[in-house]
Amino acid sequence: MRIILNNAQEEFCEDIMTVNELLKAKTFTFKMLVVKINGNLVKKDEYSTATIKDNDDVMVLHLVSGG
Amino acid sequence: MTSADIKEKLKNRTVGIAGCGGLGSNCAVALARVGVGTLILADFDVVTESNLNRQYYFLSQVGEPKAPCLKRVIHQINPSVSVIAYEVKLDPEHILRYFKDCDVIVEAFDQADQKEMIIETVLSAFPDKPLVIGVGMAGWGMNETIHYRNSGNLHICGDEVTEISESVPPLAPRVGVVANMQANVVLEILLKP
Repeated sequence: MRIILNNAQEEFCEDIMTVNELLKAKTFTFKMLVVKINGNLVKKDEYSTATIKDNDDVMVLHLVSGG
Repeated sequence: MTSADIKEKLKNRTVGIAGCGGLGSNCAVALARVGVGTLILADFDVVTESNLNRQYYFLSQVGEPKAPCLKRVIHQINPSVSVIAYEVKLDPEHILRYFKDCDVIVEAFDQADQKEMIIETVLSAFPDKPLVIGVGMAGWGMNETIHYRNSGNLHICGDEVTEISESVPPLAPRVGVVANMQANVVLEILLKP
């Protein structure tokens, strides 16, 4: 599948992935993050069930301390 | 748009600022200077001497609670801004109650888990409300890494990478850049035709 990840084209051999699988594939190991699929917030407890498919627009935001 | 037109457009608008530290104090002052009508501030902390390396406070205010201190600072700059200052450690319930009538909310916390909390709260409860967050502004230099992007109503300012630590502290220039970028995004949203 082809998706937009953080405004850039990305290709994966899977046809469908859960959020957890995507985070693992990209080695995103951050503790604090926010995920949106096609503009909709995905809550933490949905990371193992929410799925990403062809043409989805995904945002993974890594939150770092400081302010 | 003239300066007078801008003031006229902003005077009936309300902006919520979650946290009155490096991001919140500098962002609030910028918005007060341009004439945003109402600012709702919230912070549980008191001013310390170590805050003065980046936060909009004065030596004479050390030991005082930040939210009411910032209100006094704002009123010395622009007394026509109406400021509501809450001395509270914001939780989801407070955010829903205090910020429900805001046109825009500014995230200005220091801890990553707090940032995550307000993003989840606002995106779930107020999906139509713009939320402007600051992520990654520790250290110095590296102007080229600081950027803006948005995903719907979530507006992100910062480098999204640098985390504060003992050897990479938050300092006035970079924190001020991101705080003023946040104010600039707020202004763009409020002045949209």
